[in-house]
Amino acid sequence: MITSIRRIFISQKVIPICSVILGILFIITMLAPWIAPNDPIAVNLAFKLQPPSWEFPLGTDHLGRCNLSRLLYGGRISLGFAMLIFISSLTIGLMIGTFSGYKGGFVDQVLMRFCDGVMAFPSLILILGLVGIFGPGLPQVILALMLVQWVYYARMFRGMVLSLKEQNFIAAAKISGSSQWKIIRNHIVPNVLPPLVVMGTLEMGWAIMDISAMSFLGLGVQPPTPEWGAMIHEGKSYIRTNPELMLYPGLMIMLVIVTFNLLGEALSERYGVKRRS
Amino acid sequence: MSLLQINEVTHSYGSRTVFNWKDRSKNILSDISLSIEEGTCLGLLGSSGAGKSTLGRVILGLERPQYGQVLFQGHDIYTADKQIRQKIRRDLQAVFQDSYSSVNPRMTAERIIAEPLENYEKLTVAEQKRTVIELLERVGLSEADLKKYPNQFSGGQLQRINIARAISLKPKLIVLDESVSSLDMVTQTLILELLKELKANFGLSYLFITHDIKAAYTISDRLGVLEKGKLVELYDEKKQFFTSEHPVANELRDSMLAEHPRFRSVRRA
Repeated sequence: MITSIRRIFISQKVIPICSVILGILFIITMLAPWIAPNDPIAVNLAFKLQPPSWEFPLGTDHLGRCNLSRLLYGGRISLGFAMLIFISSLTIGLMIGTFSGYKGGFVDQVLMRFCDGVMAFPSLILILGLVGIFGPGLPQVILALMLVQWVYYARMFRGMVLSLKEQNFIAAAKISGSSQWKIIRNHIVPNVLPPLVVMGTLEMGWAIMDISAMSFLGLGVQPPTPEWGAMIHEGKSYIRTNPELMLYPGLMIMLVIVTFNLLGEALSERYGVKRRS
Repeated sequence: MSLLQINEVTHSYGSRTVFNWKDRSKNILSDISLSIEEGTCLGLLGSSGAGKSTLGRVILGLERPQYGQVLFQGHDIYTADKQIRQKIRRDLQAVFQDSYSSVNPRMTAERIIAEPLENYEKLTVAEQKRTVIELLERVGLSEADLKKYPNQFSGGQLQRINIARAISLKPKLIVLDESVSSLDMVTQTLILELLKELKANFGLSYLFITHDIKAAYTISDRLGVLEKGKLVELYDEKKQFFTSEHPVANELRDSMLAEHPRFRSVRRA
């Protein structure tokens, strides 16, 4: 039973379907300023908690703000900053992991023991702790996420570099008189990059989840800026009368994360890349 | 002065970690001295694990030995200053056993062969391309192969590309570490002929590391036998190998396949 469900999800069609869903989501959230029907932060108490209408396609929240507009604008923050976190922590991880693996010896030992230390904590707890130190706010959350996430990338790249380093073509490049920098640039980095696409899709899901979780706890995006996690947080007081306030952003988060994960899973199945544990 | 001279080289591997800083367990090479004259080929025989490849890496400057010296053209390749090292590096090239792992899978044949040229010769794009084409033709490939990736070549063709890369700077010494061992008999013969021809034309010297006695005998002027990290025999005339009474030489000789299986000689005790 479970394997048959699994087979459906990891079939050939998953990759194109998920890509299309994500592509559409990405485009409409990035176009939010042009396609959103209303101002997402304009408060109008006369229109609070309205049911769906032509003017407010998904109704309004407790401050009379358009739900659809807030969802679209919120997606911009979730998706955009998830991408930022992914790219920046990946860059740090790539640099440190490649350097550490290529250099080896004492430097490698010190850097990797540090990574082990960071990985010993559940990452969410560590992020919470860091945000606690930096204080609440979106930049602080992003900084905390970056500081924690790069460790996983560094570990992964180091492992790949270690196995690459023993290949004869690295020795051949040294014999050809190539400098260390040239070897890293021409021979190591191009050979560790391909699995990134796969990793990227898996990691984006995590990053969105983390940002939303922080915002839900009131540590990330501050009101009135719309963000999915923050919207759930604000809507939770109205769960009895207007559950849709939590439902819409919740569904969006679920849709995005499930799609990213299915896509990542399917890609890693196809290209044989291991996901992080 | 010999082209290459190594004096009392001793080396061992050990894993060094924070917790075990000085683990130097077993000697891979112990007290090896030998020399190679210009324009000659030294064949180095030995069974698996004898330390042949490690010796190759030590000579190529990839693995600093714990004790001993490696002198190339009179300079110690590990202690000479950077400029001299960079200069002698150019005259010291290598071809490894596994032709597939010796080339970056993401580079075209052109870029692979051009790598040493980029580092040493300041050529224009057109000159470099012409040189690469010449090199390809020299090793029996053609211009059509320029833009191909390693997975489009056979093992023998890739080994030719490795050879083209090794001779691109007209080096003085090439270390051939089991370079023909993984190829089929026909290709092996062709590559050996090519190597002999290059040796005659350019006055190249080789260090031919192998376990294949016939291949070593075909190409070498002198033969050495390595056993458990020691250079146990060194013959100035390669014929001496066949009259040697050393047990390791005997063993190697007996492992040779006879020309014709039915007439295989009785194994010596």
